[in-house]
Amino acid sequence: MSTGGGVSVAAQKRAEELRTHRTAFIVMLAVLVLAPAVVYPVFMMKVMCFALFACAFNLLIGFGGLLSFGHAMFLGSAGYASAHAAKVWGFTPELAILFGTACAAVLSAGAGLLAIRRQGIYFAMITLALAQMVYFFSLQAKFTGGEDGIQGVPRGHLFGVISLDNQLTMYAFVLVIFLFGFGLIYRTIHSPFGQVLKAIRENENRTISLGYDTDRFKLLAFVLSGTLAGLAGATKALVFQLASLTDVHWSMSGEVVLMTLLGGMGTVFGPVVGAAVIITMQNYLAQLGAWVTIVQGVIFVVCVMAFRRGIIGELAHWLKRPL
Amino acid sequence: MTEIFGVPTQALFGQLLIGLINGSFYALLSLGLAVIFGLLNIINFTHGAQYMLGAFVAYLMLTKLGIGYWWALLVSPVVVGATGVLIERFLLSKLYKLDHLYGLLLTFGLALIIQGLFRNEFGSSGQPYQIPSQLQGGQNLGFMFLPNYRAWIIVASLVVCLSTWYVIERTKLGSYLRAATENPQLVQAFGVNVPRMITLTYGFGVGLAALAGVMAAPVYQVSPQMGADLIIVVFAVVVIGGMGSILGAIVTGFGLGLIEGLTKVFYPEASSTVIFIIMVIVLLLRPAGLFGTQK
Repeated sequence: MSTGGGVSVAAQKRAEELRTHRTAFIVMLAVLVLAPAVVYPVFMMKVMCFALFACAFNLLIGFGGLLSFGHAMFLGSAGYASAHAAKVWGFTPELAILFGTACAAVLSAGAGLLAIRRQGIYFAMITLALAQMVYFFSLQAKFTGGEDGIQGVPRGHLFGVISLDNQLTMYAFVLVIFLFGFGLIYRTIHSPFGQVLKAIRENENRTISLGYDTDRFKLLAFVLSGTLAGLAGATKALVFQLASLTDVHWSMSGEVVLMTLLGGMGTVFGPVVGAAVIITMQNYLAQLGAWVTIVQGVIFVVCVMAFRRGIIGELAHWLKRPL
Repeated sequence: MTEIFGVPTQALFGQLLIGLINGSFYALLSLGLAVIFGLLNIINFTHGAQYMLGAFVAYLMLTKLGIGYWWALLVSPVVVGATGVLIERFLLSKLYKLDHLYGLLLTFGLALIIQGLFRNEFGSSGQPYQIPSQLQGGQNLGFMFLPNYRAWIIVASLVVCLSTWYVIERTKLGSYLRAATENPQLVQAFGVNVPRMITLTYGFGVGLAALAGVMAAPVYQVSPQMGADLIIVVFAVVVIGGMGSILGAIVTGFGLGLIEGLTKVFYPEASSTVIFIIMVIVLLLRPAGLFGTQK
C-alpha cells in the first residue's frame, strides 16, 4: 500500500514539475520570438548563443557536479572550425556549424579522457590548463589568423537556398539551433542517464558501489556538454562573422561559470537568465572598460557568499516549484 | 663560438638561466598553493593577483614613499599577507562547510576584482622597477654572463623554499600543521587553535606569493595582468607535481622552468605549451602527479 502511495505522490510531483517547466518554457519562447521586435536582433542572437553555452556548461556542473574551468576551448575552437569551413572551404552554414560542432566533440572527448582522471579541484585545474593550451595553439596556428582572428566570415545560404544575410532569417535560424540544444539538454537531465549523473554528483562512491561505471557517465556528460558548447560557438562565429581569441581565452571560461552561477546552478532555466543578465550588463558597461571585470568579480563574490541558489534557484525556492 | 647540438652555448646557457628564473617563481608560487591547499583544501585562484599585488606594493613604496627594494622585500609580503588574513577571516572561513568548489569560485571572483581595480588605476602597460644598486652588474663566468640580480633570484628563492620545507617538515610548529592537515578535529581537541592556524597559513601562503611578486618586479614589468596568465601555468605545475609534498612542489617548479628554457632553444614554437603537454603525459602515466598520492 505504502509503496503504491509513494509512486503516485512521485508521479504527481513529476506531473507538477512538467507543468511548471511547460509554463516557463512557453514564457521563454514567447520572449525569444517577440524580442526582435523590440531589441536589436544581433544582441538577442548573442544572448541565445551564450544561453546555449551556459546550459551546456550547467549540464556538467549542475547535474554532474563537475566544475570545468576550460569550457571556452570548445566554444572557441568550434568557432574557428566553422568560420574556416564557411570562409575558406565555402561550406553552407548548416554544414559549417556541423563541422565546428564535430571538432568540439572530438576535442571534448580528448580533454574529457584526461580530466576525469582526477576529481574536484584538480578537475577544474586540468580543464583550465588544457584550455590554455588550446589558447596558445590558436594564437600560433596559421589558419586562426592569430591576433586578428578569422574576419568577414560569410553567413552564406542555408541549405544553399535561403540567404542568412537578412537579420531576421538569421535570427530564426539561431532560435531553432538554441531550442534544439535546450531541448536536448532538457531531455538528457530527465533521462535515466541524467539520474545517474545526479547520483554521481551527490555521492560518487555510492554510485560506483551500485554498479555504475561512473567514469563512462562522466565522460559522456563531458563530451555532450563540450559538443553543445561547440554548437554555441560555431553558431556565434556565423552570427558575428568572426572567430577570435576572445572566445578561447580563460576569461571566457570564467564568464560561463558566472552566468550559470548567477542564473542558478542545477536549474533548467537559470543559465538562460544568467546569460541574458551578464550579456546585457556587458553591453551597457562596455564603455567603462575594466569596470566590467570588477563588476563580474563582485557578482562572483556576492553569489558565492550569499546567493548560492542564483536568480532562478531563489525564484524556484520561493515558488516551491522546480524550475 | 662553441656550439652544443648546433646551438651556440651562449644562447643555450642564457635560456637555461631564464628557465631557472621562471622555475624559481613557479616553485615559490606552487609552494604557496600547496601549503594553502594542504590545510584549507581550496585552490587559491587569487594567488596570481596576490603575486601582482606584491609587485605593486614594492612599486608604490618606491615611487610614492621612496622606500627601496630591500624594505619592500620585507614589508610587501607582510602587507599583502595581512590582506590575505582578512580575506580568510571574513570570506573564506564562511565556506569551509560547503563544497570546496565554492572556495575556488570566490577566489576567482576576488582575482577579477583586484586585477580590474589595478587595471583601472594603472592601465595595462607595465611599469619599470629598477634593480637595486647592490645587485646591478654581473659576473663573467667564462662560458656565459651572469647578471647579479638573476643569480640573487635563484639563490633567494631556493633559500625561501628550503626554509619553508624545513619549518613544515622538521619543526614542532610544522608538525602541528601537518597534523592539522591530516585531522583538524583531533588537533583542535589537543588544545591547538586550529582556526587561527588556518588563518595564519593562508596569510603565509599569500605572503609567499607577494614575495615572489617583489622579486619579479625588476625582471618582468610591474603590470596588473602579470599574475593572470602565470597562475594557470602554476596550476599545471601543481597538477604535474601533485600537492602531496612540499619538496615535490619545489623540485617540479625548478625542473619545469628548466625544461621550458630548453624548449625555447630547441623548438621555440612549443615553449608556451610544453608545460601543458607534460601535464597531459603525466596525467596519462601517473594521474596522481609525480609526487602525489592518489586518495
